Amino acid sequence: MLQQLINGIITGSLYALIAVGLTMVYGILRILHIAHAAVYVAGAYLGYVAYVYTQSLILALVFGAAGCVLLGWTIQRFLYTPLLKQERIVPLIASVGLYIFFEDLFRLLGGPYIRAFTVKLWFDKITWGSTVITSHQVLILVMTVVCLAAIYLIITYTRLGLAWQATAQDMDTAKAMGVNIRQVVNLNFLIASAIAAIAGVLTAINYNSILPTMGSVPAYKMFAIVVLGGMGSIPGTIAAGLIIGMVETVMSAYFGFIMPRDAIAFSAMILILIFRPEGLFARAR
Amino acid sequence: MGFGYFITIGIIVGIYIILTLSLNIISGYAGQASLGHAAFFGIGAYASALLTLKLGLSFWAALPLAMLAAGVIGAGVGIISLRIKGDFLAVTTIGINFVIVSVFEYSDFFGGAYGISGILYPELFGFKISKGYYLILVFVFVFLTALFCRLISKSWLGLALETIRENEDAAEASGINCKKFKILAFAIGCALAGLAGVLYAHFMRFITPIDFAFPISITIVSMMVVGGIGTIRGGILGALFMAALPEILRPLANYRLLFYGGLIVLIARFQPQGLFGDNPFLFRKIFGKSFPPAAADKTGTPGGRK
Repeated sequence: MLQQLINGIITGSLYALIAVGLTMVYGILRILHIAHAAVYVAGAYLGYVAYVYTQSLILALVFGAAGCVLLGWTIQRFLYTPLLKQERIVPLIASVGLYIFFEDLFRLLGGPYIRAFTVKLWFDKITWGSTVITSHQVLILVMTVVCLAAIYLIITYTRLGLAWQATAQDMDTAKAMGVNIRQVVNLNFLIASAIAAIAGVLTAINYNSILPTMGSVPAYKMFAIVVLGGMGSIPGTIAAGLIIGMVETVMSAYFGFIMPRDAIAFSAMILILIFRPEGLFARAR
Repeated sequence: MGFGYFITIGIIVGIYIILTLSLNIISGYAGQASLGHAAFFGIGAYASALLTLKLGLSFWAALPLAMLAAGVIGAGVGIISLRIKGDFLAVTTIGINFVIVSVFEYSDFFGGAYGISGILYPELFGFKISKGYYLILVFVFVFLTALFCRLISKSWLGLALETIRENEDAAEASGINCKKFKILAFAIGCALAGLAGVLYAHFMRFITPIDFAFPISITIVSMMVVGGIGTIRGGILGALFMAALPEILRPLANYRLLFYGGLIVLIARFQPQGLFGDNPFLFRKIFGKSFPPAAADKTGTPGGRK
């Protein structure tokens, strides 16, 4: 049981890392950023390339994050910002198209097959009774805590972070008060894309595999988590990511496959939405 | 590539036109996001397959019943849409698609992952319909669907739906029963998707859960948006264009999806009213004036951003 809980926390941490970026994008631009999953896969591939050439995990993470910041910014600047005035469904379709485009691009560039992404850390695993924690799992936990703490510190203690909070609450009022919206949107995509890249590299290392379609399930499943977390609430999304990760892992370990793993998140989401349309962790208004 | 190949493509295109027009009732007329339309396509297909194979009903008896099944479940989503709105609704419908497909996939009653095979070709007056006539049959239904959409958009129902799309509070204040009309829009749209499912099942004669998975919903939404959301000609031409495109791009085989995805991005970015919607650039380029004339002063898509 403890082993399953740990596995669940690891899965949940990765979910939280991807979903937190989505929640941030939604919080500011009100766009369902499906192509976020393309950023995540791009991060994994860039990290992989960097690792193959340098054999340094740190450089892999940095290179992946830097490339994805650029990619995320480009998507924001040239696709989303010009579409803000359009009907909601238009940026959504653009985002879906972009995801299809990138998934095929990764297939063409990286090959349609699974590549192994093997990273050796300085220890192998920690064994405690029958419970095993691999070094990769420790790495994921540490990186998750570091990333989430960084987001928390930036948003709570920097000037730009305060501007971010104001914009998330009400963009028009924030603009009227002299907040530089463009900077806030840039910061938003910078953090979201960098963290997606880190999540991509960590996922690839954790499963020792990297493939072009690794983003197709997260592309949509993460929205279930974002919705459960109250759409736009960062702590809510983190909690929802952890919960879904654990519920999925424990359910498929103990109850067999009653339903496919990916349907669990959506079933939970639909049930909760019907009874609590603001999401599980939405702040009372 | 013989003649039969073109007939097959024609039938598939016809089915996609019905799907796009049916989604247009929900998203175009009533303005409700639905990203799970393939689920109702699937419900129609499975219902009709099971009714004809397990109960021995004829195609013509199964057709209205399958539409009813899709419509009733669609009305259920309509009821959900009263509580869940906007982007939440979009994500919920994605979820509904995943959950319904997983029900097909994980229950033996629906044939599991292998689906249902041996579905019968429909008969008319005791004769088995040949493939060519099936094409005609499909396009009769396409015509009826388009006519029905036209009737809706010209009727009191269409007017009410448009008001709900533009401003729900104002609609409620002017005495329109928003709840009733929203549920109705979902029921009608999903029943028509069910019709497309029946036509699909009896043409392919073999259905699997994958045929109705989420990517199909995305295809339908793309067809609607690329064609021009909220218009009948946009729905028809968008479905025609997007369904024919993979065939036209066949020489590009390896780069097909790359091109398809890129095209969706470009259209959404530079022609968000759709290629054939209000005031399309193609029409302006060819005839040098805006179309339709009344829409000349409109900026952006119907509805605008709320």
